[in-house]
Amino acid sequence: MAPETLAFYAFGAVAVVASLLVIAQRNPIYSVLLLIASFGALSGLYVLLDAPFVAVIQIIVYAGAIMVLFLFVVMLLNAPHEETEYDERVHPLLRPGPMRFGALLALVLAGELSWALTRSGDSGRFPAGAVASVRAIGRSLFTDYAFPFEVTSILILVAMVGAVLLARREGRG
Amino acid sequence: MPPGISTSDFYYILPELVLTAGALVVLIADVLLPRERRSALSWVTLAAVGATLASLLPFTSTHVEVAHGLLAVDRFALFFKIVFLVAAAITVLMSVRYLAIEGASPGEYYFLILCATLGMMVMAGGIDLITIFIGLETMAVSFYILAGFIKPNQRSNEAAVKYFLLGAFSLGILLYGMSLMYGLSGTTNLRVMATSFGAMAGDSRLALAVILVVAGVGFKIAAVPFHMWAPDVYEGAPTPVTAFLSVGSKAASFAMLIRIFVEGLPSASEDWRLLFWVLSIATMTVGNFAAVTQTNVKRMLAYSSIAHAGYVLIGIVAGTSRGITATLVYLMVYSFMQLGAFAVVVMLRRADVVGDELKDFSGLASRNPFAAFAMLLFMLSLGGIPPTAGFMGKFWLFSAAIDAHYYWLALIGVLNSAVSLYYYIRIVVFMYVKKETLGSEPTTSPTLAVVLAVAVAATLVLGVYPQLLFNVAAASARTLGAAGATAALR
Repeated sequence: MAPETLAFYAFGAVAVVASLLVIAQRNPIYSVLLLIASFGALSGLYVLLDAPFVAVIQIIVYAGAIMVLFLFVVMLLNAPHEETEYDERVHPLLRPGPMRFGALLALVLAGELSWALTRSGDSGRFPAGAVASVRAIGRSLFTDYAFPFEVTSILILVAMVGAVLLARREGRG
Repeated sequence: MPPGISTSDFYYILPELVLTAGALVVLIADVLLPRERRSALSWVTLAAVGATLASLLPFTSTHVEVAHGLLAVDRFALFFKIVFLVAAAITVLMSVRYLAIEGASPGEYYFLILCATLGMMVMAGGIDLITIFIGLETMAVSFYILAGFIKPNQRSNEAAVKYFLLGAFSLGILLYGMSLMYGLSGTTNLRVMATSFGAMAGDSRLALAVILVVAGVGFKIAAVPFHMWAPDVYEGAPTPVTAFLSVGSKAASFAMLIRIFVEGLPSASEDWRLLFWVLSIATMTVGNFAAVTQTNVKRMLAYSSIAHAGYVLIGIVAGTSRGITATLVYLMVYSFMQLGAFAVVVMLRRADVVGDELKDFSGLASRNPFAAFAMLLFMLSLGGIPPTAGFMGKFWLFSAAIDAHYYWLALIGVLNSAVSLYYYIRIVVFMYVKKETLGSEPTTSPTLAVVLAVAVAATLVLGVYPQLLFNVAAASARTLGAAGATAALR
């Protein structure tokens, strides 16, 4: 077996198993951590698809920023265990409220995916690597968009000063 | 074109560079100076603002696009940069005493004021959605922090959280609209966009983009029905920050609005004119009628500021170069009278009194005649009574509307001005007629006196001799737009 195929199956297995474990966990913190593992495996798959930029963004934005936010909220709400007010013997689809809504979303997603997969022929319009190349994005970031890029550094500095200011202990003026 | 930022670009962004350098100097000096000498930072900040104003001088008649077409250095940007910098300078002068009373550390405060100003300048110069968005974010994040700057004060905390959450939400809507504009035109440059939208008038996808961007911008200018945040944030934030927020942030958002709609979307002008017509009437009416019932002066000024956004929108709806000129004039005039009114509120903040309730103004005329007279003048100007600048500003706005055949809009504007007089005059009655006084004497300091003197002088001079400001604003409005804007500026 070619190393790419092997890597594909390895990443795919991790992604599927981790995703299944996310919804099987009782402790939300485990769910979040497993979701990070799943995102990591997904970004591996993106690398195999010749989309290194998407892979890096997947790590930075999803596994980095968004999951930290999730973890923050979970810890802030101090919810170590999922509330089990539902009857365990009833099928998840028949349980009330949020469960059924989640099932509905899952069905919508399945529909969207099957619709998208039957149209995979259309994606040939994009020249390979043109959209997702780190080199192309980096080049336009540092040439054409150098000015807003530099202003962003001030924006981040402002956010940093704000974070220090708001987190600082009171009592020293 | 050379890659990156070229040498000539560095020349054209000189004002921004000077301001950034000033902000960094303030931040570093805050660490180096011993605590008891940190009040000197206000002078460093003022020097930075002054140096930036001086560095605008070489660009008084420049009209170029720099940094790969992302930024325009033209008279329109120049006009707004002057508004922002003057507002920033007045805010700093107002803050010296206020920060001392609140016991807040000045270093980060002045740094954030300068960074907010930088964001505004980038917004006014931006002719590309990316530049405008980054400028907007820089300004907004600075204001989120400034609104919550007085940490022990719960109202300040509440203001910051409310402003942050609603601001982030509205920014999301604005981004949806912007990404639709990008998706439909294939470019983020507003002037290129105007050309490629030329053939798309009446397209429903374009209309959706316009609606989303109007909603996003409507939040920033606090137009009804996107105004719910304003009273709480204005009341809770430190008073000088409220003043800067209601003047600088509003002016910058109007600059962004004019750039996006007049420069980028002239072909959809029927759509956005109608939307702004509705927003303008709703904003004037709701703002004024809600202000009537307020007993907290900061809250009342917040509703009054909402109403004024409605007046300014009249100029945008008219859309003629006369309408845009009236908008610019009014934003300048409004800055002085609004900042002046907030300066009087700052004076009433003493060590033992919050001083922003209506009853705190009672008997002010006998305690401090100059402050009372200044407040009287600002109230008359905000209400639009001659010979103040507010009258001239409103006169031009309404006549621009009549010129463009928006008779109902002008009529509703006039009726609303009449309603607004009720609550402006109520403050005057409290100051001059009521005799009982509460609490200690109002705070006076040389810097606050300077603020009042400047605001009074500007309100009177621009009211008696408005021609100079009008000519400058007209010249600024004319520089708008390279390609498609002529269609919108009939």
